[in-house]
Amino acid sequence: MKYKIQIFSGHFGSGKTEVALNFAMNQKKLGKKVTIVDFDIVNPYFRTNDAKNVLTENGIKLIANDYASTNLDMPTVPLNILSVFEEDSVVIFDVGGDDDGALALGQYKQYFDKYGYEMHLVVNTKRPLTESCEDLLEIAQRIEKASRLTFTDIYNNTNLSVLTDEKTLFSDYGEIEKLSQKMGIIIKKNCGIEAALGNVPEKLKDTVFKMNIFIPKPWEIQ
Amino acid sequence: MGEKVLMKGNEAIGEAAIRSGCRHFFGYPITPQTELSAYMAKKMPKIGGVFLQAESELAAINMVYGAASAGVRTMTSSSSPGISLKAEGISYIAAADLPCVIVNIVRGGPGLGGIQPAQSDYFQATRGGGHGDYHLIVLAPNSVQELVYLTADAFNLSEEYRIPVMLLGDGTLGQMMEPVDFDSIPEPVYAEKPWATNGTDNKREKNVIKTLYLDAPELEAVVMEREKKYDIVKQELQRYDAHDTEDADVIISSYGITSRVVETAVQILREEGIKVGVIRPITLWPFPEKAYKQVHPKAFLSVEMSTGQMIEDIKLACECSAPVYFCGRTGGVIPTPDEVVQKVKDILKEVG
Repeated sequence: MKYKIQIFSGHFGSGKTEVALNFAMNQKKLGKKVTIVDFDIVNPYFRTNDAKNVLTENGIKLIANDYASTNLDMPTVPLNILSVFEEDSVVIFDVGGDDDGALALGQYKQYFDKYGYEMHLVVNTKRPLTESCEDLLEIAQRIEKASRLTFTDIYNNTNLSVLTDEKTLFSDYGEIEKLSQKMGIIIKKNCGIEAALGNVPEKLKDTVFKMNIFIPKPWEIQ
Repeated sequence: MGEKVLMKGNEAIGEAAIRSGCRHFFGYPITPQTELSAYMAKKMPKIGGVFLQAESELAAINMVYGAASAGVRTMTSSSSPGISLKAEGISYIAAADLPCVIVNIVRGGPGLGGIQPAQSDYFQATRGGGHGDYHLIVLAPNSVQELVYLTADAFNLSEEYRIPVMLLGDGTLGQMMEPVDFDSIPEPVYAEKPWATNGTDNKREKNVIKTLYLDAPELEAVVMEREKKYDIVKQELQRYDAHDTEDADVIISSYGITSRVVETAVQILREEGIKVGVIRPITLWPFPEKAYKQVHPKAFLSVEMSTGQMIEDIKLACECSAPVYFCGRTGGVIPTPDEVVQKVKDILKEVG
C-alpha cells in the first residue's frame, strides 16, 4: 500500500461499502491503526455507519455524519473529517452517491494531493446501467470529474448477493478488462464471498479479495 | 429463467413498469423512493417515454389523472407524506374509474415523521386515503422479485377493473438490493378503452372524464355501480401466501418486508417444536379474508411496522374465532426475529 489514504468509489450499488469494510478489517488484522470515513451524503440506508457496532468491537475508528442512519435526510459531510489527514492510521473513505456524492470530496483535493491517495473503482457488472465497459467508463469519468481525483485501480466486485456462485465474479470479465485498458489502470482485486471464489483462474489467484458481509438484512440473524 | 441482475427495489419497480408498457411517469422526489424517479429520468428518454418531475406531489398526481384519462399506462411514486398530498388526486382518479399505478414506499409517520422504513400507512392505503366511497387495489410485495411481478400485475389489474392500484412497499424494500430477472414477469394485457379522451378523429361522440355530478341520485347511482365492481374484486382478487397453518397453534400474519422477519422467526420456532403457521396477505385490499375462514389456531398474531393497523382486518376476517395479538415496532424501527419468537412464546403461555 503506497499511501495511507484509501478511497473506494463507484456506481451506487456496486458494493463499495462492503468492500471498504472488508478492507478495513483486513488492515486491522495486519495490526494497523484504521479509520473509516462514511462519506455518503446521498443514501440514508445501507451505509458504513450501519456497521458501527462491528467497527467499534474491532477497534476501527468510524468517522461519520452525526445524523447518519437517523431521520435527518441532509447531505452533510462529517464535522471532524479534516482530522483524518493528520492521523497516523490507514484512512479509508467510503464514497457513496455516484458523482453527486463524489462532488463533496473535491473540496479536500489539496489534502489528497498533499498526502497522496489511492482511489479504487468498485464495479459490479450485474448491476443495471453498469454492465458494459462503456457504461462503467462513463460513471468512472463522472466521479473523477466531480471529485477532481483519479482512479488508481479497479476492484471487481461482480456479485448477485445471495445468488452469487463461482460463475458470477468473472461472468463479464471481458468488459472489466476492456475498462482496465481504456483507463490505463489494473484490476487490482477480484472480490467475493466464499461462494464466489470456487473457480478463480490460476493466474488471478493473487488478486483474490475474500469478503465477509457486515451489513445484514433485517431478517438475518447476526 | 432469464439472466439475473442485482437491483434496488426502487430501480426494479421502474424497470418492471417500463416493461409493462408504462411510458408516462410523473414524480416528485422524496426519500426513500427517489431512486425510482431517478431510474425513470435516466431510462424514459432513451425509449421514447415521458419522465416529468412535477413542481409538487399535487401536480404529479394530476398529471397522472390527465395521462390516465387519455388511456395510457401511467405511474407516479412517493413516500408517506407525499402520498397524503396526492390523496385528493387519487380520489378523483378513483371517482373517474381510471387505471393508474401509485407507488408508496412507506416511511415513518405521522407528519414529516422520518425517512426510515415503516408500514404505518396501512389504514390510508386500504381505506382509500382520500375522501368519498372508493377503494384502491393494494398490493404488498415482500421481495425485490415480487415487487417486479406485482408491478406488472398492477398495470394489468388496474386496466382490467379500472381501479387505481397502489403498490405498497417500505423504505427497506425500496432501498435493498436483491437479484431479479424480468423474463418471467406477466405480459402486459391491454384492455379496450372506449372511454379514453384520446381524440375522436371526428368518428365518435366526445368522451368526458368527470367526477362532478349535479344531481344527487345520479351520483348515488354511479357510486353504487362502482360498489358492485368492488364486490367483484373482493371475490376475484384475494391473494395470499400461507404455510404450516394446518397444525398451527399460532398463525402469524405480516406483509411486505416484515414477513421476511417473520419467516426467520417461524423457522426458529418450528425447530424448537412450536407449532406456528403463516398467512401473508399479498393483496391488502381486498384483504384475503378467505384464508382466515379455513384455519383454527388458538391465536392469531399480527406483526407490523406500525402500532397495529392490520389487526382490525384480521379480526373481521377470522370473525374473532381466536384472539388476535400484536407484535411490532413503529416510527422507522424494524422488529427483529427474536422479538417475534418471544411474543409467540408469551402468547402460548396465555392461550395454552
